[in-house]
Amino acid sequence: MLKLSRYVLYDILRNKIVIAYTLFLFIVSFSMFRMEENSSKAILSLLNIVLIVLPLISLIFTTIHYYNSYEFIELMLSQPLSRTRILLSEFGGVCISLLSAFWIGVGVPVLLFSADETGFALLFTGTALTIVFTSIAFLASVRSKDKARGIGFALLLWFYFALIYDGLVLLILFAFSDYPMEKFTLLLSALNPIDLGRIFIMLKMDISALMGYTGALYKDFFGSGKGVLFTTVIMLLWATIPLWLAIRSFRRKDM
Amino acid sequence: MIRIEHINKKFRRLQALDNISANFYKGQVISLIGPNGSGKTTLIKSILGMVKPDSGKIFVKDQPVNGDPAYRSDIGYMPQIGRYPDNMKVGQLFDMMKKIRNADEKETDNDLVLQFNIPAIYEKPMRTLSGGTRQKVSAALAFLFSPAILILDEPTAGLDPLSSEILKEKIIYEKKKNKLILITSHVLSDLEELTTHIMYLQEGKMQFLKDLETLQEETDEIKLSKAIAKVMRGYETDNKWIDQIFLAEKKDERIY
Amino acid sequence: MKYFFTIVFSFLLLISFGNTIIVGPAQPIRSLKKAIEAARNKDTILILSGIYKEGSIIVTKSLTLIGEKNTVLDGEKKYEILLISGNNVVVKGMQFRNSGYSAMNDFASIKLVDCNNVTLENNTVIHSYFAIHISNTTNAIIRGNKITGIPTSEQLTGNGIHLWKSNNAVIENNHIQGHRDGIYFEFVTQSQIRNNLSEKNIRYGLHFMFSNDDNYLDNTFRNNGAGVAVMYSKRVRMEKNHFEENWGASAYGILLKDITDSHITFNTFLKNTVGVHMEGSSRIEIQKNSFRNNGWAIKVQASCDDNVFHHNNFTGNSFDVGTNGTMVLNKFYNNYWDKYDGYDMNKDGIGDIAYHPVSMYSMIIEQNPTTLMLFRSFMVSLLDKAEKAIPSLTPQNLLDDKPMMKILKL
Repeated sequence: MLKLSRYVLYDILRNKIVIAYTLFLFIVSFSMFRMEENSSKAILSLLNIVLIVLPLISLIFTTIHYYNSYEFIELMLSQPLSRTRILLSEFGGVCISLLSAFWIGVGVPVLLFSADETGFALLFTGTALTIVFTSIAFLASVRSKDKARGIGFALLLWFYFALIYDGLVLLILFAFSDYPMEKFTLLLSALNPIDLGRIFIMLKMDISALMGYTGALYKDFFGSGKGVLFTTVIMLLWATIPLWLAIRSFRRKDM
Repeated sequence: MIRIEHINKKFRRLQALDNISANFYKGQVISLIGPNGSGKTTLIKSILGMVKPDSGKIFVKDQPVNGDPAYRSDIGYMPQIGRYPDNMKVGQLFDMMKKIRNADEKETDNDLVLQFNIPAIYEKPMRTLSGGTRQKVSAALAFLFSPAILILDEPTAGLDPLSSEILKEKIIYEKKKNKLILITSHVLSDLEELTTHIMYLQEGKMQFLKDLETLQEETDEIKLSKAIAKVMRGYETDNKWIDQIFLAEKKDERIY
Repeated sequence: MKYFFTIVFSFLLLISFGNTIIVGPAQPIRSLKKAIEAARNKDTILILSGIYKEGSIIVTKSLTLIGEKNTVLDGEKKYEILLISGNNVVVKGMQFRNSGYSAMNDFASIKLVDCNNVTLENNTVIHSYFAIHISNTTNAIIRGNKITGIPTSEQLTGNGIHLWKSNNAVIENNHIQGHRDGIYFEFVTQSQIRNNLSEKNIRYGLHFMFSNDDNYLDNTFRNNGAGVAVMYSKRVRMEKNHFEENWGASAYGILLKDITDSHITFNTFLKNTVGVHMEGSSRIEIQKNSFRNNGWAIKVQASCDDNVFHHNNFTGNSFDVGTNGTMVLNKFYNNYWDKYDGYDMNKDGIGDIAYHPVSMYSMIIEQNPTTLMLFRSFMVSLLDKAEKAIPSLTPQNLLDDKPMMKILKL
C-alpha cells in the first residue's frame, strides 16, 4: 500500500494548491502570533481557521483530487491491485499531504509560540478534523457520479457541519429549554466532529466558563482522561465509518 | 485464456452487455468492433474487473475475475485516454508500475520505451505531455511486463503515423509470441494487418465471433471493412454504422 | 534541646507573672483538667507530648496553655474539646483532633464564648466539626493555626474559623481546608483578616455577613466549592487577595450581595467560573484588579448601581462582563480589555472608540445556559458580529469609553 501512497503523496506534495494552502496557514499563524502580544488570543484566531478553513479545504481538495485522479485510478484498477488497497492508498496520500500542510503551517508556529495544553489540543483537533473530512470527502466523491455534483455535495456537507448544524442545535436548545439538556448536548456534540473538536479545545481554553452551568458533567466527561478517550474514539469513528462506506461503495462501483 | 460465460450488464435502462459468451485463446488477435455504445469498452472493463457484470462469469486463465486481483498481472492494458497524476514525472510512473508488479529491470520489455524514446522525457511531469505522448506512455506501459494478454482500447487514436506504425509492428511481434491480444478500434484498416478474429457487438449483443479467413470466404471480400459491411447488410441491422466506419476511414486518411 | 530551652525560657518568663504547671503522662499531674483546677490567674500550663482524652475541658481563668510538638487533645468524636470563657487566655502549639459532632449544637475543637483578649496561636486542628468557634468576643487573635477538616457533606462539617457577634478580631496566617466555610463572619466588626490560605472547603472559602468595617488583605481563597461570599455589609476593604479556581455553577471569586461603600483593590481573580458576581450592591470601587482566565470576569446584576470599575486588567476571560438586564447604572473606564480591537490615533494610550464588554452570546447564555456548548462556533461569531453592527440584545450604555491600549502594570 505504501508503494502506491508514496507516489500519490509525491504527486500531491507538488500540487500548487497544497503548497499555497501550506503557505497560507503558515503566514496566517505566524503573523497572528507576531501581531498579538497575548498568544492565547492568537490561538483563538487559529481556532476559527482550524474549525472552518481546515474542513473546507480538506473536503474540496479531496473531492477535486479524486475526480482528477479518476483515470489514474482506472489505470491502477487494471493492475494487480485490490480496490480497497487503491482507495486506501489514495486516502493515505491525500491525508498525509493535508496533514503535513497543517503541521508545517500551523503546527510549527504553535510549537514555537504556544506549546501548552491549549496548543496541543488545537493540533490534535486540527489533525483529527483533517482526517475526518478527508474521509467524508472520499465518501461523497465515490458516491457521486460527476465532479460538479461531488464538489457541490462536499460544499453542502461543509455548510452543514460548520454552520447549519449549530443553528439546529441552538433551535433545539431553545425549543426544549425547560428540560435538562446537559447530557443531551454531549450527544449533540458527538454528532458533529467540528463541534466535538471545538469543545475539546474549549475545555482547555475556557475551562472556567465550562465549569459553570454544565458544571461537573463536562468536567467529568471531557476534563478527565475519559474525555480525551471519548473524543479520540468518536473522531476515529468519524474517520473510519465514512472511509469504510466509501470503500464499500468503491468495491461495488463500475468505473 | 479468457472465458466469458453469459454475462449481462445493465446501466440504468441501457443493456450494455446482453448475454455474451465467448472464448479467447492464445495466439489470437481479437478485434472488437461495433458502433459507439455497443458495449466494447464495457466488455473490456468487465474483463479487467472495472465493471462488475450483473450476472455471468469471466475467467482469465481459469481464475474468476471478481476474486483475487492477481490475475491482472497477466494483462497489459492500454486505455483509450491515459491520464496520469499531474505532477508525477514520467520516470516515476514507470518506477511505480515496476514496484506494483514487483518486476525486475531485466524482465521488462523495453522495446516500445526505447522506440518511442521515452527516457528522454523521464524528468517531465505528466501534465506537460501532449495527448499523443501520453498515448505512447500508455502503450509502453501496457507492453512493459510482457503480459500473456494485451488489451488495447483504441491504441492508434491520437498517435502520429510513425508511432502508430511502431505500435502495429510491436503488436504483430507479440502476436507471433503466441499471446492473446484484444483490440478495439474504429480504424478498420489498422486492424486488417493484425487481426485473426473479429468479434462484432451491437446494442450489447454479440452478433458474431469469426476468424478472418472465414469472414473473407463468406463475404468474398478481402478488405476487412468491406467484408464487415457485407455481413452487416446480411444482418439487416442499423446500416448507418457502416457508413460511419467508411467516413471515419476517409477522415483518418485525410489526417495522415 | 530546643524544647529544653523553651521550657526554661517559659519558666523564667513566668516567674515574674505567675507559676508554671507542667502536665504530662510521666508527671505528677497527668490531667490537664486537674492542672487547670489547680492553676490561678496568670499561671502557665505546659502540656508535654502525649494524648489527652479528657472530654470537655473548660477554661474560665486567665491562663496560658502551651503544648509541645506531640501534645494532642482528643475529643474521641464525642466532646467539645476546649471551652474558653474569660479574659486573657492564650492557647499555643497544641493539636486538637476528633471533636464531637452534634446536629443540635455547634460542637467545636476550641470554643470561645464571651471572651476578651484571647490568643489562639500555632495550633493544629484536625477532624473537627467546627474547628474554632468564637462568639461574643473582643480582641481575639487567631494566628498561624493549621486547620484541616474532613470534607464530607455541608451538613456534616462545620466551619473552620467561625466568628459571631465579635469585634476587633485579627485572623492571620492561618491555613484552613476541608471545612464547610473556611472563615465565617457574622456580626463581626472592626476586624482584620490577613494572609490566610483558605482552600478546598465545601462551601465558601470566606463567608461573611452583616459585618461592617472589616479589612481583608493578602488572603488566598482557592478551589472552594462556592468561592467567597460577602453579604449585607458596609465599608469593607478587600486588597491584594487572590481568588483562584473556584469552579461551579454557583461558584464565584467573590459573590457580593448587598454590599455598599466598599473597596476592592489590587486583587487577582484567576480561573474562576465568575470572578466577581454583584447583586444589590452600591458604591463599590473596583480598581487595579487583575481578572485572568475566568469564565466571566464580572457579572453585574441589574440591581447594582453607582459601582465604578477602573484600571483593571481583563485578560483571557471567556466573557468579560455579563449582565441580566439592559439598565446599567455602573461606570467602567480606563480598563484594559484584551478583546478590545479599537485603535488609538492620537497615541495617548487610550482607545478612540468605546469597548462594549458584554457580548451578544453572553446574553444568550444568561437565558439558556446549555447553549454554552456552541460558544466559539462559527455561527456564534456571526451572531456576535451581527449584534455589533445592529445592536439589539446587549445594553448599549454598558461600555468603557476610555479603554486602555496596553495592559496596566499592577
